[in-house]
Amino acid sequence: MTTKKTDTALAGGSILRRRRRFGERIIESWIILAGLLSIVVLLGIIVLLFKEGMPIFLDTPPWEFLFGTRWYPVSEPPTFGIMPFFVSTFWITLVATLIAVPVGIACAAYLAEVAPDKVRETVKPIIEILAGFPSVVMGFLGLMLLSPLVRSMFNLNTGLTGLTAGIMLAMMSFPIIVSVSEDALRAVPDSFRQGSYALGATRWETIRHVSIPAALSGIAAAIMLGVGRAIGETMTVLMVAGGALAVPVSPAEQMMPMTAAIASGIGNAVRGGLQYQALFAIGLILFLITLAVNLIADRVLERQKRKFTR
Amino acid sequence: MNFKRKKRELFILTLLLMTSLFVGLSGCSSDSETSTEETQGTSGSFKIIGSNTVEPLSVLWAEDFMKANPDVSIAISGPGSGVGIAALIDGTTDIAQASRPMKSSEYDQARGKGRDPVEITVAMDALSVVVHPSNPVSELTIAQLSGIFSGRITNWNEVGGNDVPIVALSRDTNSGTHVFFKEHVVQMRGTDKEDKTLEYGTKVLLLPSTKEGVDEVAGNENAIFYPGLGYLTDEVKPLAIKATLGSPGVLPSVETAQDGSYPISRGLYYYTDGEPTGIIKAFIDYCLSTEGQKRVTESGYVPLK
Repeated sequence: MTTKKTDTALAGGSILRRRRRFGERIIESWIILAGLLSIVVLLGIIVLLFKEGMPIFLDTPPWEFLFGTRWYPVSEPPTFGIMPFFVSTFWITLVATLIAVPVGIACAAYLAEVAPDKVRETVKPIIEILAGFPSVVMGFLGLMLLSPLVRSMFNLNTGLTGLTAGIMLAMMSFPIIVSVSEDALRAVPDSFRQGSYALGATRWETIRHVSIPAALSGIAAAIMLGVGRAIGETMTVLMVAGGALAVPVSPAEQMMPMTAAIASGIGNAVRGGLQYQALFAIGLILFLITLAVNLIADRVLERQKRKFTR
Repeated sequence: MNFKRKKRELFILTLLLMTSLFVGLSGCSSDSETSTEETQGTSGSFKIIGSNTVEPLSVLWAEDFMKANPDVSIAISGPGSGVGIAALIDGTTDIAQASRPMKSSEYDQARGKGRDPVEITVAMDALSVVVHPSNPVSELTIAQLSGIFSGRITNWNEVGGNDVPIVALSRDTNSGTHVFFKEHVVQMRGTDKEDKTLEYGTKVLLLPSTKEGVDEVAGNENAIFYPGLGYLTDEVKPLAIKATLGSPGVLPSVETAQDGSYPISRGLYYYTDGEPTGIIKAFIDYCLSTEGQKRVTESGYVPLK
C-alpha cells in the first residue's frame, strides 16, 4: 500500500517536473532569442553601414572625403567633402554642452543635496518628461520662438543658426544630464556628507568638495550621454540650423550637421549611387563617433559603480 | 553535458537568426532587380516611377482614375526623374514621370535596348521668386538671380535695394526643384551667359521644406526664396523676372507660364515605351482632359491650357 502510494506520487511529480522543465526551456530560449536579436540587429546595422558606405572610398579617397570642403552631390561630376558637416556637428554639440552641462549639474546638485524630498519628487519627473518631447516639436518651437529671438538678440541676418540649434539641443540633453547626475549624487554615501559637516564645512563646501568629486564619474557619464544625444539629434537641427554648406567659423552661422546632411539628401539619392554611398559613409562615421562616446560613458559609469560596492 | 547542450542550442539559435537576417537582406536587394512583366491594357495594373515633383500630381490622377475604374491598380513611386527614366530604359516601369526632358544620351541608351520613348507633357510648373513685402526690389534678371544664389552678389544694394545682406534660401538636394533651379537660374541654361561650372554658394541655406522657406521669407526682410506657384501667400512678394537686362519683367502666373513669357517655368513629363495603348492610354487621356487639368491647378502647378 505505502509503496504503491509513493510510486504514484513520484511518477506524478516527475511528470510535473518534466512538464515544468519543458515550459521553462521554451521561455528560456525565448529570452535568449530576444537577447540575441538585439545583438544580431546591431551587427546587421554595422554590416549594412560598411557594405553600403565603404564603396564611396573607391571614388573619393578617404582623406578627400573627410577633409574636403565641397559637398555637391547632384552636380556633374559630384564632389563629396564632409568637412562642413563635421565642423557643424562640432559647433552645435559644443554650444549644447556648454549650456546644458553647468545648468544640468547645478540642477542635479540642488535636487540631490538641497531640495526637500517633496520638491525633488515633483520636479524630477517633470524634468524627465522634457526628455520625452518629440524632436520635431522641439524643432518647431525653435523655428517659431527661439529663432526670431536669436536673430534680434545677436543682430543676425537670420535666426536659423548653429547657435539656435545648439540651444534647442541643450534643452533636449538637459533632462538626461540632470537625471543621471542626480542619481550619481544620491549614490554618494551619506557618511561622506556627515564627515564633511563634522569638520565644519558649510553645505556649499560639502557639495563642491565632497559630493560632486565623489560622484564625478557618474556625472561624467551623464555628460557623455547628453553629448551623445546632441550629436545624434536630427530633426531639430535639420529645421533650425539653417543648412548652409560653408565650413562654419562661428556657431552664429548657418550650418548643416552630419545628421541633417543625411536626412536632407537620402530622399533623392539613387539606391547604390555615389550620393547614396556617401550618405551611408557619413552614417558610418556618425555611428563610430556616438559608439565611442557611449563606450566612454559606459566605462566611466562602471568605475563609479565599482567605487561604492567595495 | 547540460552546459554543452545549452551552448549548442545557442549556436543553432544564432545560426537561425543570422540566416533569417541574410534572407531578409538579400530579399531587399534583389527585389529592385526583378523586372515586372509588361502589363498592357488587359491586366489592369501599371507602374509610374520617377520625379518626386510630379508624384503628388500622379497620385491625385491615379486616385481619380482608380475610383472611376475599380479594377485598375496603379503603383506610383517618386525616387527622382533620373531613376524613373532609367527604369523605363530597363523596362521595369510602364510610365516614367519626369520634371525634366530626357537627355539625348538617355534616348541613345533607350534605343540601344530596343525601347522607343515617347514624351507626353502632362502639366507645367512655374517657380516664383519671393522676397519680404517691405523689400524695395521688385524685379531681377536671371543673371542677377544667378549672382545671388551662387554667392557672387551678397548685398541687396548691388541689385537696387537697401544696404543689407542677402539671405538666399534654397531647397535641399532631396528636391528636384533644387536641381531645376540650379540648371536654369544659377547656371543660366538657355541664355548666352550659360556657365555649367556655377554652383549654389556655400552660404545658401538649404531648407527641408518649401513651406519653411516661405515662412522664413515672411518673417525676414533680407531673405529670398523660390517656391512653386502653389506656395505663394499674401505674406511674401513675388518678383518680376527679366530673362535679360533689356527684356520686360514678367510676374509669375498661370497665364505667363502658359504663354512662355515667364522665364522660370518647366514642363512636367510622362514617358512611355512606344505610343501608349489600352489602359495606359486611357489614363493619360484622363490626365490631359479638362477634368484632369483641373487637378493640376488644385495641386499648385500650371495646367497646359
